[in-house]
Amino acid sequence: MRPLEVRRLGVISYTEALDLQRALVEERRAGHVPDLLLLLQHPPVITVGVKGDGGRSHILATAAQLNSLGIEVHEPGRGGDVTYHGPGQLVGYPILDLRPDRCDVHRYVRDLEEVMIRMCQDFDVDAGRVTGLTGTWVGAEKIGAIGVRVSRWITSHGFAFNLATNLDHFRLIVPCGIGDRGVTSLDWLTKRTNPLAGVEAACVRHFGDVFAREPLPSSD
Amino acid sequence: MPISVLMPQMGESIAEGTLVRWLKKVGDSVDRDEPLFEISTDKVDAEIPSPAEGVLAAINVEEGGTATVNSVVAVIALVGDDAAAAASSATPDAAVAPAPHEPSVAASPRPQVSRSGTGLTPDEVHRQKSSPLVRKIAREHGVDLTQIAGSGLGGRVTKTDIHRFIEGAPADARSSSTPVQVGDRVEKLSVMRRKIAEHMVFSRRTSAHVHTVFHVNFSTVAGVRAAKKADYERVGVKLTYMAFIAKAVVDAIGRYPVINASLDGDDIIYKADVNLGIAVALDNGLIVPVVKGAGTMGMADLARSIADVAARARAKKLMPDEVSGGTFTITNPGQSGAQFGLPIINQPQVAILCVGAVEKRPVVVNDAIGIRLMSYLTLGFDHRLIDGAVADAFMVDVKRQIENFDPANV
Repeated sequence: MRPLEVRRLGVISYTEALDLQRALVEERRAGHVPDLLLLLQHPPVITVGVKGDGGRSHILATAAQLNSLGIEVHEPGRGGDVTYHGPGQLVGYPILDLRPDRCDVHRYVRDLEEVMIRMCQDFDVDAGRVTGLTGTWVGAEKIGAIGVRVSRWITSHGFAFNLATNLDHFRLIVPCGIGDRGVTSLDWLTKRTNPLAGVEAACVRHFGDVFAREPLPSSD
Repeated sequence: MPISVLMPQMGESIAEGTLVRWLKKVGDSVDRDEPLFEISTDKVDAEIPSPAEGVLAAINVEEGGTATVNSVVAVIALVGDDAAAAASSATPDAAVAPAPHEPSVAASPRPQVSRSGTGLTPDEVHRQKSSPLVRKIAREHGVDLTQIAGSGLGGRVTKTDIHRFIEGAPADARSSSTPVQVGDRVEKLSVMRRKIAEHMVFSRRTSAHVHTVFHVNFSTVAGVRAAKKADYERVGVKLTYMAFIAKAVVDAIGRYPVINASLDGDDIIYKADVNLGIAVALDNGLIVPVVKGAGTMGMADLARSIADVAARARAKKLMPDEVSGGTFTITNPGQSGAQFGLPIINQPQVAILCVGAVEKRPVVVNDAIGIRLMSYLTLGFDHRLIDGAVADAFMVDVKRQIENFDPANV
């Protein structure tokens, strides 16, 4: 099995993580590093895409409201729509070389969903997929979001799993609307506080299984 | 020999991609493997490298356009090629694309003022061979003739075609099936509006909608309400007709559980709880907050919960989980004066009750005309699961409860 190095980065800013990923994608391409899984959390940030208005119209809060909540707005230069990241959300950025045998972006996305579905199972939460709506869902509510970039089959960006995320903050970007599509979190569903370390451990184990990668013993 | 750049196959089940961004302009030189453009498919953005070193001679798919897998999105002139000649050769290089695919390009939303002569289908070429007069008009108005469906010989654009096009589509109008006239206002859909639109059309497509209308006498309820109103107000709850209707509905659902079910493939799911959705009109849309566990609530709790979610819906203070998980919905256009409505089911539910205006009407009582407080209640139901007889039995139950409301239950 190919090795997987897991790097736990704690809380780091969106910009910093973006620069780091850019550098690591090149390192990975050059073969200087093995496949990587970056695990981290972001301070509150709303990110928008580049297509059209990038989902700017999907931000409901005013600049002043965002400011008072300490939430940044960031354009990472990716496609897709508006997303929220914040404390209590476990973010995973895999820097993988999908070659030679996993060159299929749909399969990659389905695999990321599978990792989060299995994480939920560990906590007795029954999660699944919703046809046409990427992500991991518990009933009609999303617990795990996915946004991926592939550059010549090297991956970046990745997934965001709501562990203890402040769900109120999602209301700043998506109206609950007529919506039968809400957002949920593991702590909310299990009605208890699940320690981050346990969720991270589940994430690493299932990521290794799903992607057939051998997590290297962590250096810390 | 110029090289065609194809929309890559990014996955087995992927048939097309959206071109998000060109990283090079026509005329730029590129190295082999240098990122050339970005595409997006289902939450994945991919950066696509150039297949060869040369000069980007032509772009066939504009940013924002979609192209099927293996269609030609650009042409690269190799060193030694004449870039202009390469640009005019729309034939894909046989070595790269064994089967020439017609580029399937989503039409750019605006008429293009200028466009290179590349990537035209024979049909488009025909259309450009229009009379000098038509071409002059096109130039003056900045219109791309390939954007117009010609009615002339071989698809040529006639003078009538171009006049109609210019009148019907001002330069800043989006191409659509709805002609936009000067003075019309074009506004983007809000997120909520779009969600409502999708939700409604989805429901119409999913369920076999049938409606049944009952005329219900509210005189008894009015009496009970008048007697109990003050008691309720003392504990801060407004006793509304809606609370009485909701109580009758949840009790009737206990006897007709199919009204509170969902259809999932070949399975009927009978919901354990009655989670009652109450449609609330907002300034620019509507929202359906849900009273969870309404089936086990007494009148006071039900009245309080309905008032609470409705107030918070208007104040935009709902929690995300308070608008999901509904199993039956009540909508009340009667408050805006409607006699009755024919509501659309709130998916994945199978029935919805619509309350018309509660007002005094002449009705026949014991062979005389009397004045009674009346309202039309309509049940919209999904005939895939519920037959008319069952829907009517449910409504008879609701009507019987409302007309004979026991004050002891309030």
